Amino acid sequence: MRIAVCIKQVPDAEGRLQVAADGKWIDEDEIKFVINESDQYALEEALTLTEAHGGEVVVFSLGPDRVQDALRKALALGAKRAVHLADSAFHGGDAHATARALAAAIRSEEFDLVLTGAQSDDAGYGATGSMLAGLLGWPHAWLVMGLEVDEGGGSAKVTREMESGMNEFFRLQLPAVIEVQAGLNHPRYASLKGIMQAKRKPVDRPTPADLGLVADEVGMAGSRLEIVDVAFPDSGVGAQIFEGDPATAAKALIEKLRNEARVL
Amino acid sequence: MRESLRQLIDTEINPYVDAWEEARAFPAHEVFKKLGDAGFLGIARPPEYGGMGLDWSYSLVMAEELGHIQCGGVPMAIGVHTDMCTPALDRFGSDRLKREFLAPSIAGDLVGCLGVSESVAGSDVASIRTMARRDGDDYVINGEKMWITNGGQADWMCCLVNTADGHPHRNKSLLIVPLNAPGVERSRKLDKLGMWSSDTAQIFFDDVRVPRHHLIGEEGMGFAYQMMQFQEERLWAAANTVTGLDNVIRETINYTRERQAFGRSILDNQVVHFRLAELSTEVEALRSLVYRATELMIAGEDATRLASMAKLKAGRLQREVVDSCIQYWGGQGYMWESPVARAYRDGRLLSIGGGTDEVMLGIICKYEGTLPKTR
Repeated sequence: MRIAVCIKQVPDAEGRLQVAADGKWIDEDEIKFVINESDQYALEEALTLTEAHGGEVVVFSLGPDRVQDALRKALALGAKRAVHLADSAFHGGDAHATARALAAAIRSEEFDLVLTGAQSDDAGYGATGSMLAGLLGWPHAWLVMGLEVDEGGGSAKVTREMESGMNEFFRLQLPAVIEVQAGLNHPRYASLKGIMQAKRKPVDRPTPADLGLVADEVGMAGSRLEIVDVAFPDSGVGAQIFEGDPATAAKALIEKLRNEARVL
Repeated sequence: MRESLRQLIDTEINPYVDAWEEARAFPAHEVFKKLGDAGFLGIARPPEYGGMGLDWSYSLVMAEELGHIQCGGVPMAIGVHTDMCTPALDRFGSDRLKREFLAPSIAGDLVGCLGVSESVAGSDVASIRTMARRDGDDYVINGEKMWITNGGQADWMCCLVNTADGHPHRNKSLLIVPLNAPGVERSRKLDKLGMWSSDTAQIFFDDVRVPRHHLIGEEGMGFAYQMMQFQEERLWAAANTVTGLDNVIRETINYTRERQAFGRSILDNQVVHFRLAELSTEVEALRSLVYRATELMIAGEDATRLASMAKLKAGRLQREVVDSCIQYWGGQGYMWESPVARAYRDGRLLSIGGGTDEVMLGIICKYEGTLPKTR
């Protein structure tokens, strides 16, 4: 099997975020970036599948030079090759522009499966994967918690987690785009051997032209969505402070939770 | 490498440290297998035995990162396995012996320990009494080893024994002793001041037979091999300490910044932030010393003088830093469960184990040429 895994590099959730000077995104200086959590599970699933069925994993990511770290990590974990959509024309795009760039890069090779996380931990649209499936014209499953590739590799059975603890099972034809949730498996640690081998693994950096795209189809120029403003919510708005000693305050809180919020 | 190790520590080790401290042991086989699978147990060992064949600067990085484990016992147990009981086996052991014991230890399938100290001889290594006599194709061992880290769980011991009478520096040998051999008896876990998550045992040998090929290198060279093997041990201990001290200082800064007394944070008192700055300076100086000693070791030069200085300084600085920090934590720091109290208990060993401060001073004086002449 040849599996493409799309990963995104996102700010570490433990970091302290500040709004950037232009007010349109966070200030990326001084913060640590990591591989998006659900993408780590997608990569692990891909590595496990190729270990069982043979084949290789190619990892894709879009973003500035810092994304190299995420790709090297993925290579250290066992991906064979990486494709970095690093050209500045790709940057700043919405989910559709990003999906378009990824689709072109994925289409330029042969894959049996695309795996990615269900949504990013920063922007959180949860849209890139489904748009990618649409652009490729492939079947698609979202919020996947279980994946088995059928014998022969022509189809796969997926488990999706529904509300109320129910699961939904269905089978889809490959190639397909499957978006997984965190918790699907146990991501491995990069071994020292893997870390050393990763230094010698190839990272391609195609331009839009290499992928048969024109620059204004991708990135900010190709986007239909524009971030107007990023801000922290005003503190205190919507908050209720219960006065009095702990017993009185707790009683008042339970009353509210029971009668107003109706969660008890 | 740091990131991968850190992830493993934060996921597989730190969440369980409190429970292991309570249990007075950690599951060494389980933890070592995870480290072995990720390739961290044979960093400086040859690839033909599953190692990575890297120089000791990578072992240094590992020792530093293991300092992020939230106790002293677990990193010590790992260090014993990677850098204290295996260097001589790697350097002087036969291919057969390395396949039997080194390769599975690098893979994380076997746990090793080092047997030098005895209840009658610790730092005075030359005075050990355990004896191994040749009998046909075997050695027959009688004696005892004390304060053995990993002793309760280890599968094998790199054991220093007397194989002859005569000059105490030339009558010793290193033998690999499988600890499931008949005649090996492990005592109950020893109750210690600190390092609780590491199990420490006394081990008795009563006519224990080991095959001749379990001898590391040459008979009579054990003392010399062990003295060489001590260099990795001492440098490892110093490197591991640096990170732990950084963390204690950082946690003290965080705590004293939050904690208010007399209308301001504890940290805002000049005596406190100046003192913490002094301590950080000392830690940086130790780090530089460790790095210099490592450079010598990598270059194949004699690192004994600097490694002994690093170990001496680490033991003393550990006490100085943690004692100062616990003062600024006040009553909270004196609580049994506080991280700084654990560092206080665990860190005291550093000036004792692996050669006491006084032994380090003796070695340094020997290199300085200031030891009085013995008659």
